[in-house]
Amino acid sequence: MIAFLLAQTIAITGGTVYPVSGAKIENATVLIRDGRIAAVGANVVVPAGATRIDASGKVVTPGFIDGAGHMGLREIGNVDNTNEYTLRGNDVAAGFNVLEGINPASTLIAVNRMEGITTTLAVPTGNLIWGQAVLIDLDGATIEAMRVKAPAAMVADLSEGSKSAGGGSRAGVAQRLRRVLDDAREYATRRADYRRRQIQDLSASAADLEALQPVLRGELPLLVQANRRSDIETALRIAKEYKLKLILAGAAEGWMIPGEIAAAGVPVLVEPLDNIPSYDALGIRYENAALLTKGGAKVALMETATENTRDLRQQAGNAVANGMTWDQALRAVTLTPAEVFGVGDRYGSLEAGKVANVVVWTGDPFEFTTGVEHVFIRGRDIPLRSRQTELLERYRTLPPKY
Amino acid sequence: MRCSLIALGLVVTAGCASAGARTTAAARLAAPPPAAAQDTTGIAPQYPSTYKRHANPPVLIRNATIMTAAGQEIQGGSILFRDGRIVAVGTSVAAPSDATVVDGTGKWVTPGVIDTHSHIGVYAAPGTFAESDGNEATTPVTAEVWAEHSFWPQDPQIPLAIAGGVTTIQALPGSANLIGGRSAILKLVPARSVQEMKFPGAHYGLKMACGENPKRVYGQRGGPSTRMGNMAGYRAAFIAAQDYRRRWDKWNKDHQGDPPERNLRNETLAEVLRGNIYVHNHCYRADEMMQMLDLAHEFGFKIRSFHHAVEAYKIADALAREGTAVSIWSDWWGFKEEAMDGIYENAALVQQAGGRVVIHSDDASGIQRLNQEAAKAMYHGRRAGIPITRDQAVRWFTANPAWALGLDSLVGTLEPGKMADVVLWSADPLSVYAQAVQVYNDGWLVYDRHDPAHQPKTDFTLGQP
Repeated sequence: MIAFLLAQTIAITGGTVYPVSGAKIENATVLIRDGRIAAVGANVVVPAGATRIDASGKVVTPGFIDGAGHMGLREIGNVDNTNEYTLRGNDVAAGFNVLEGINPASTLIAVNRMEGITTTLAVPTGNLIWGQAVLIDLDGATIEAMRVKAPAAMVADLSEGSKSAGGGSRAGVAQRLRRVLDDAREYATRRADYRRRQIQDLSASAADLEALQPVLRGELPLLVQANRRSDIETALRIAKEYKLKLILAGAAEGWMIPGEIAAAGVPVLVEPLDNIPSYDALGIRYENAALLTKGGAKVALMETATENTRDLRQQAGNAVANGMTWDQALRAVTLTPAEVFGVGDRYGSLEAGKVANVVVWTGDPFEFTTGVEHVFIRGRDIPLRSRQTELLERYRTLPPKY
Repeated sequence: MRCSLIALGLVVTAGCASAGARTTAAARLAAPPPAAAQDTTGIAPQYPSTYKRHANPPVLIRNATIMTAAGQEIQGGSILFRDGRIVAVGTSVAAPSDATVVDGTGKWVTPGVIDTHSHIGVYAAPGTFAESDGNEATTPVTAEVWAEHSFWPQDPQIPLAIAGGVTTIQALPGSANLIGGRSAILKLVPARSVQEMKFPGAHYGLKMACGENPKRVYGQRGGPSTRMGNMAGYRAAFIAAQDYRRRWDKWNKDHQGDPPERNLRNETLAEVLRGNIYVHNHCYRADEMMQMLDLAHEFGFKIRSFHHAVEAYKIADALAREGTAVSIWSDWWGFKEEAMDGIYENAALVQQAGGRVVIHSDDASGIQRLNQEAAKAMYHGRRAGIPITRDQAVRWFTANPAWALGLDSLVGTLEPGKMADVVLWSADPLSVYAQAVQVYNDGWLVYDRHDPAHQPKTDFTLGQP
């Protein structure tokens, strides 16, 4: 038993440690025990028998957290049979929790975690209300083993993408969303009438209205995709009316109103490399993350391409090039998303007691020069192998090794 | 003077690249563009370029790190260009009295970025059906269409690409069709018409596409619905073109009787057979690229570059042997079944095998950071033990795409005599933090990050937020 416990103790020593929750510590040790961080600091005593990882000259950070994409819910983008993230035929899919669609054996998981991504939000896609997103760690043979928080957010769309759910008008979309929320309120007070059919028709199924109750209670955040300034403001308005806990995603024109967003206490998920104008957001620009941050809003960064969630590093680097500070960007891919998804007490920083999702980098995590030396997820030293590394080994010299 | 040019990450600090030593190269490179793009069907030149160089004072950028894409990385270097041509590159270049002097201290200089695979202008922002002009998806072979006839010079994506250091693009038709049509090779400058952007003397490209896309688009519309159907489609098209070419070649020689009837589809394909139009072939899988090389052998043309080619590393030896370039991403994969086997080391493995690597975008966002994508591919190659030099990585988005477009005698490196397509970067262009500070196209300052007077907007953007 003692041997078993000791085998679970890992000491990452000598690195430059960025706890994110505090200032960086040179020549520090991160001690991991039984999947949790046991200690972080320059004067940590390494227990005898601990597995030592020499991180001298290296950088140690929390694992990166991406609040976007369909990790586990999608193998190949345009092969429908491998996609699990859409509940067809229901534009108010509030009851749709994607958790059991997760495929722990997806090849995308190994490809992305070996580049320092340890936790992702698996997001449904749909029309007006997409369903419930879940937060997963990128390790584990079962859904239960991967699950961090499910649901982590209810997802809805107030961008141009949901217009058909509002009869073709943004105003219709807003009215439809209010109607659904009103009906969910009414349903909550008249469940018995609903069962006896002594209530006028409601705009969604009982399962969907039931699923919205935690949203109305402010317990489950409503993650709203909105890009145009006026759509962001509609989202803020509705959240205020119904006292919802709002998260904005996309928010391409958020830079125009950082004060409003900050005053509402609403965090924002931003994709820094998104700058192609559309009628949904003609004001889209690279400086969005920086300007929102400067204006006081809480910003997390995201990479929306599921198969290349690993490019979250590059997104963060570009956010820095466009005005965020390096420290802000690091927080925006670690502790801030953890807080946004309600797991800031367990994830996102290197502090005693937190889940041991830790990455050892050869240098600045945002730079292309930097490689990943170790990825720990829940304290497990993840093998840096994937289908892609196996393809490399097979074809490294030609003819290939079959 | 010792000028070793082979070491990994080489930095040339002595005066190896002084202007005086390079006059021979200047004379050679200042030669007029090749005339190969002339029409040989006997038809008068069609839709000519009206591109004109913008008059500018000479510019001297000094005390920068200059990555020439011709083997050198010159620290404390200067580059002088005048009348649209590079005059001198080196450590001791004197400033002419009329030159605008730019302080390059702490900055980097590379050749202008060249993208072999762009759809900006033909799939313009804001991305509605009204601007969707990239795929003539009405029949599987549309060699008769020309991308320039779709190209919208007011696409707001153009200034974004310029701000990423891009000076030349190949605007391609999409990949719905087996043969999608002619490409447009364009100088990326503000203009009222595509003719004002057409790179003078450039060879047209022909867009061809393998695999899933034509199958998907035509599978329920009369075919092809299979990869063997795709192959039959290319072959039928080129058989018709062989016949057409024979009849026109004969008539051009003897002028007996009426000329043969013109056919735009066959006219383009006949020019491919004559070697005057370069084939750019969207093709992901290794086995399909091998099929396409056989097709090219059957009809006696060259495939200038495979595009996307996520499995190029599996046949890197064959690609090197054939002299076919690959225009690839650093890391795109997995969005479709034929893209499942993409790996980070694709570029490095092709380079190592002696192939010619181009980092392309196929994306209005990605075109803005081809330098970053090249850096990603270089460092992943190095981490896998494949020794890619910084100079090679810069060539991936400059000299090599210039070759793929047949423009390597004119652009793609910083050498005296070359067109003054020059980017000044805020930092090492292979760093994620680097941004283009200034972009010169043919000597014209088309973008200056710190001067709104040199940040041209398209008409579309005026009055917008």
